[in-house]
Amino acid sequence: MENDKLIIGGHEFSSRFILGSGKYSLELIKAAVENAGAEIITLALRRAATGSVANILDYIPESVTLLPNTSGARNADEAVRIARLAREVGCGDFIKIEVIRDSKYLLPDNYETIKATEILAKEGFVVMPYMYPDLNVARSLRDAGAASIMPLGAPIGSNRGICTKDFIKILIDEIDLPIIVDAGIGKPSQACEAMEMGAAAVMANTAVATAGDVPMMAEAFKLAIEAGRKAYLSGLGRIIEKGAAASSPLTGFLED
Amino acid sequence: MEARTNHMEYLSDMEQIKSDIKDRVISAMNEYEPNRYTADDVRQALRHDEITVDDFKALLSPAAEEFIEEIAAKAQAETRKHFGNSINMFTPLYISNYCENYCIYCGFNCKNKIHRAKLNYEEIEKEMQAIAKTGLQEVLLLTGESKKMSNVEYIGEACKIARKYFKVVGLEVYPMNSDEYAYVQKCGADYVTVFQETYNSDKYETLHLAGHKRVFPYRLEAQERALMGNMRGVGFAALLGLADFRKDAFATGMHAYLIQRKYPHAEIAFSCPRLRPIINNDKINPKDVHETQLLQVICAYRLFMPFASITISTRECERFRDNIVQIAATKISAGVDVGIGGHGDEGKKGDEQFEISDGRNVKQVYDALCKNGMQPVMSDYIYV
Repeated sequence: MENDKLIIGGHEFSSRFILGSGKYSLELIKAAVENAGAEIITLALRRAATGSVANILDYIPESVTLLPNTSGARNADEAVRIARLAREVGCGDFIKIEVIRDSKYLLPDNYETIKATEILAKEGFVVMPYMYPDLNVARSLRDAGAASIMPLGAPIGSNRGICTKDFIKILIDEIDLPIIVDAGIGKPSQACEAMEMGAAAVMANTAVATAGDVPMMAEAFKLAIEAGRKAYLSGLGRIIEKGAAASSPLTGFLED
Repeated sequence: MEARTNHMEYLSDMEQIKSDIKDRVISAMNEYEPNRYTADDVRQALRHDEITVDDFKALLSPAAEEFIEEIAAKAQAETRKHFGNSINMFTPLYISNYCENYCIYCGFNCKNKIHRAKLNYEEIEKEMQAIAKTGLQEVLLLTGESKKMSNVEYIGEACKIARKYFKVVGLEVYPMNSDEYAYVQKCGADYVTVFQETYNSDKYETLHLAGHKRVFPYRLEAQERALMGNMRGVGFAALLGLADFRKDAFATGMHAYLIQRKYPHAEIAFSCPRLRPIINNDKINPKDVHETQLLQVICAYRLFMPFASITISTRECERFRDNIVQIAATKISAGVDVGIGGHGDEGKKGDEQFEISDGRNVKQVYDALCKNGMQPVMSDYIYV
C-alpha cells in the first residue's frame, strides 16, 4: 500500500480522496482537509477571487494541491479563460474543467469539455475534465491531453451514488488514465464501492459539506476510500464478483 | 377620467416575440383549483423525489398548510443538497424613482406625491463606492419605470460603473426589448428580474391603470426577451397578496419552469415579495398571505425547482429572514435603502418605494448568517 500512489500528470499523491471546498463554512475547511487526509482540494475560482471579505484561499492549508475548477463556464472559451485566470492568481497548473450549460441538472457539456481540454493541455495545464461517462468522449479527452478523467456518478449534489456505474467501469477498463469518480457520491459506502470497482480516486463535496459533523464525515470518507482501495488491490473474491461457484465444475468431464 | 387602454394590446414600441410560454402559463394557472387538493395529494407529493407539476399544485394548496413542518424539512434537505450552507449576499441600489406607471399599491406610482430624484453618473459611482466598501460584490440596480427619465443608455452607463466595483450586476428596471437587453448585458448586466405582480390579467388591469406597465403580455415576456438578449439569469416574482396568491405562486413557478425547459442554461431565480405599506398609504398589507403561507410558497418553489436561487427581501423582518435562509432561501439583501441616494454621505435625494422591515447593515446580516452556521457568499460568478 505504501507504494500505491495516485499519479496525475506526473505528480504523485498518497491520498485518493479529492475534497471539495464549496457549500460549507470556511472555518471548517482546514479540519475537513486534515481529517480527510486530502492532498488535493477543489476550489471554485468564481468564489475565490481575491479581495473578498472572506477569501477561501486563506483557509486552505498550503501543503495541499489546489485544483481550481472552471464552474460558471458555459462553453470551452469561458473555461479556458477561467483556467488562465486561475494560473495567473497563483492557483498552480492543475485545472478541473467544468463546462455546464444546464441549470437544472448541471450535466457537463462533453463536446465543449473536449475543446477546452485540448487547448489547456497544450498550454501545459494538468487537465482534469469533469464529464458524462461516455467511452468515445473519454478517448477523445485522453487524446486531447487530459491527465485524468472525472466521470460523474450522478448529477452534482444529488447524493444518489454511482448511477452510472456500468459506464464508469467501461472507462476504468478501457482508458489508461486515472478515472476519478466525481459528483453524486452521497455517502462513504458509495465512495468505497467506486474504489472497489477500480476507480483511481473519488471526489466528494456536497456529501461532506452537508453532514452534521463536517470533519467527522471527511474522515469517514477517507476510511471508506482506503477500504475500497485495499479491496480492489487485494482482488475481490469470486463470490462477491461473480456469484457463487458451482461445487462440481462444468468442465470436470474433460480428460486431456 | 379618460378611458383605460386595452391592457392586452402591445404598444408600437414593444417587441412581440414568437413564444407560447405566456399562453401555457395562463392556461395552466386557470386550470389550477387549489381547493381541489387533499391531504393525500400533499402526502404523495412529499413522498416523491422529483416534484411534478401536480405535486407543486398540491404543495401550494390550502390542504398543504397543516403539513408545513414536513414541507419545510423537505425543502431544507433539497436546499442543502444543492447549495450546502451557502447564502449569497447583495444589496439593491435605487438610482431613480421617476415612474410613468400608475400601480395603485406602489410608492413610486406616478400619482403618488413623493420626492422624485435621479442619480447622475457621479452620484451613482459614489453610492457604489460606499456599497463596495461594505464588502458586497453583487449589486441590484433598480429604477422606477420611466423610459424617459431613465433611458436604456442611462441604465447601461450605470451597469458600466457597477462593473468597476462589483462582480455581479442585476437589473430590476422596466421591461425592455431584446436588443435593449443585449445592450445592457454588454454594458455589464448579468441578470434581469421582472415582477409580474399578478398573472391574473383581469386583476392586473385594475391595479395598473396607466403607463407601459399596463400592457400585461409585454411584461410577461420580459424574461424570455432578456434571455434572447444573452442575459445569464432571469428572476420571477408575483407580488403576493394582489390576487389569489396560490394561483399567482403557481403561475410564477410554471413560468420559470417553462423558461428553464426552453433555455436550459438560464439561471433561474425567484423573489417572494408580499405587499407592504407605502408613503401616503399605510393601509396596504399582504392580506391573507401570512408568514405560514409565505413559507409555504417559498418551500413549494424550492421543491419544484431545487436548483433555483430564492431571494428574501427586506420586506420581511429579521426573524423571518434569518430563519428562511436556513430552510429554503439562498440569497439575502443587506444594508438596504429603497430610496434614492441613501448609501453615501450626501444624504437621501428621493423617497422610498416601500417600508422595509429589516434595516440591518451588511456586517450585521453577515454575522447573523455565520452565527446560524451559514456561509455568506459575496460572489458566485467570475467574469472572464
